Amino acid sequence: MRQMTFYGTPLPGVEQEPFNGKLIVIEGTDGVGRSTQIAILRQWLEARGHAVLDTGMTRSELAGQGIKEAKQGHTLGRLTMQLYYAADFADRLENEMLPALRAGFVVLTDRYIFSAIARAVVRGVDPQWIRRIYDIAIVPDVVIYLRINRAEELVMRLLAAGRKFDYWESGMDLHLGDDFYDSFIAYQTRLLSEFDRMSEEYGFRVVDASRSIRRVAADLRRIVAHVIGEGRDLARRGTLIT
Amino acid sequence: MISYGEHRFPGKLFVVEGTDGSGKSTQLSLLYQWLKAEGYPVFLSEWNSSPLVKDTTKRAKKRRLFTPATFSLLHATDFADRTERDIIPPLKAGAMVLADRYIYTAFARDVARGCDRAWVRDIYRFAVKPTVAFFFRAPLEVAIGRILSGRPELKYYEAGLDMNWSDDPEESFKIFQGKILEEYDRMVDEFGLTVIDATRSIEEQQMEVREIVRRHLEEGTVVAE
Repeated sequence: MRQMTFYGTPLPGVEQEPFNGKLIVIEGTDGVGRSTQIAILRQWLEARGHAVLDTGMTRSELAGQGIKEAKQGHTLGRLTMQLYYAADFADRLENEMLPALRAGFVVLTDRYIFSAIARAVVRGVDPQWIRRIYDIAIVPDVVIYLRINRAEELVMRLLAAGRKFDYWESGMDLHLGDDFYDSFIAYQTRLLSEFDRMSEEYGFRVVDASRSIRRVAADLRRIVAHVIGEGRDLARRGTLIT
Repeated sequence: MISYGEHRFPGKLFVVEGTDGSGKSTQLSLLYQWLKAEGYPVFLSEWNSSPLVKDTTKRAKKRRLFTPATFSLLHATDFADRTERDIIPPLKAGAMVLADRYIYTAFARDVARGCDRAWVRDIYRFAVKPTVAFFFRAPLEVAIGRILSGRPELKYYEAGLDMNWSDDPEESFKIFQGKILEEYDRMVDEFGLTVIDATRSIEEQQMEVREIVRRHLEEGTVVAE
């Protein structure tokens, strides 16, 4: 059991009783391998008997569809975008993550408030303002940051996966470069440095995501095992046998 | 990001606020007609009118998806789009912008729903400070009487039924409106709202509104830094 702690002002109208579940955040920029790692982690957790909920940005029932549609027109303003993401986040926090945490689930979330903060700040939004909005977020049990050194590496992964440059992932709304490639590099480089800045502020567990999928997955398992107390259980079982 | 009170635009922003049934929309449309007749470029901006958010809000109301936090944030999203699209550009161009409900509506409703006062105010920090914010103040019984006589059924969120204050829509609506009015009254000094007595005749109210607006028009359209 742990207390429900918020970064600042708590969610309105939410009973703040302790809960049993674990909130595990996987953060990292576009194309760093978050969803692959989450799928592996989920399988591993379920094999060990843990109930898992996975969720991620723009997947809310409330605002997911609206955000997708708003992004198609490219008329989504800077501040409007941040608040739309915040509404999506709050909906998932209250209606997906919190009920699962109360029921004792391990909640794996593909991005949390940090991607939203990074995207806002590189767009020139006041860093204090965007943090204040996300005061209502619950402090997770761990934030694992899949870190990559250079934006060029992301491009290679993107192309290797057969994907194309996306307007927003390339930060085209910021007009940072002449084409998608230049814009992507400039935008993602800014995001990476914003993540580095937050790493200390929020105490990220940094995992080097430049390595093979298998090695990154092994690191994630080790961190998560510790968070959910698996390590301790195994140790106890060990003493019983001897 | 430019904060409330720090924007400097050649245009003027007049907003109307008040509880449901206070008659504010009637007053705003009369003001609109007058300014147009006087030859000013006038732009009207209404609450909940963002093309990017409207469908989401409509769906959420129908399916009852809102919590106090998401209600607040989605309305802030709508307002941000209005600000970026409908309010700042015409103000920069020197137009008169008239807003039917503004940030004070959000402050009143969200706080009545249990959101933290300071948190809600901080979210809306990007809003442009109005030239004049009229608050059409009608006593609770008057406003409620006007609403209940004029429409067949109260809607779920409009009546505040999501808050479980009462199962009876009319009773719940009265409690909700009471809380909202309390919040408006607190804001009169905090934000310098201009109070208009909404129990007087439509004509008298409109004369007072026009008199106040006229004074601001005479200041000239360009506000010095």
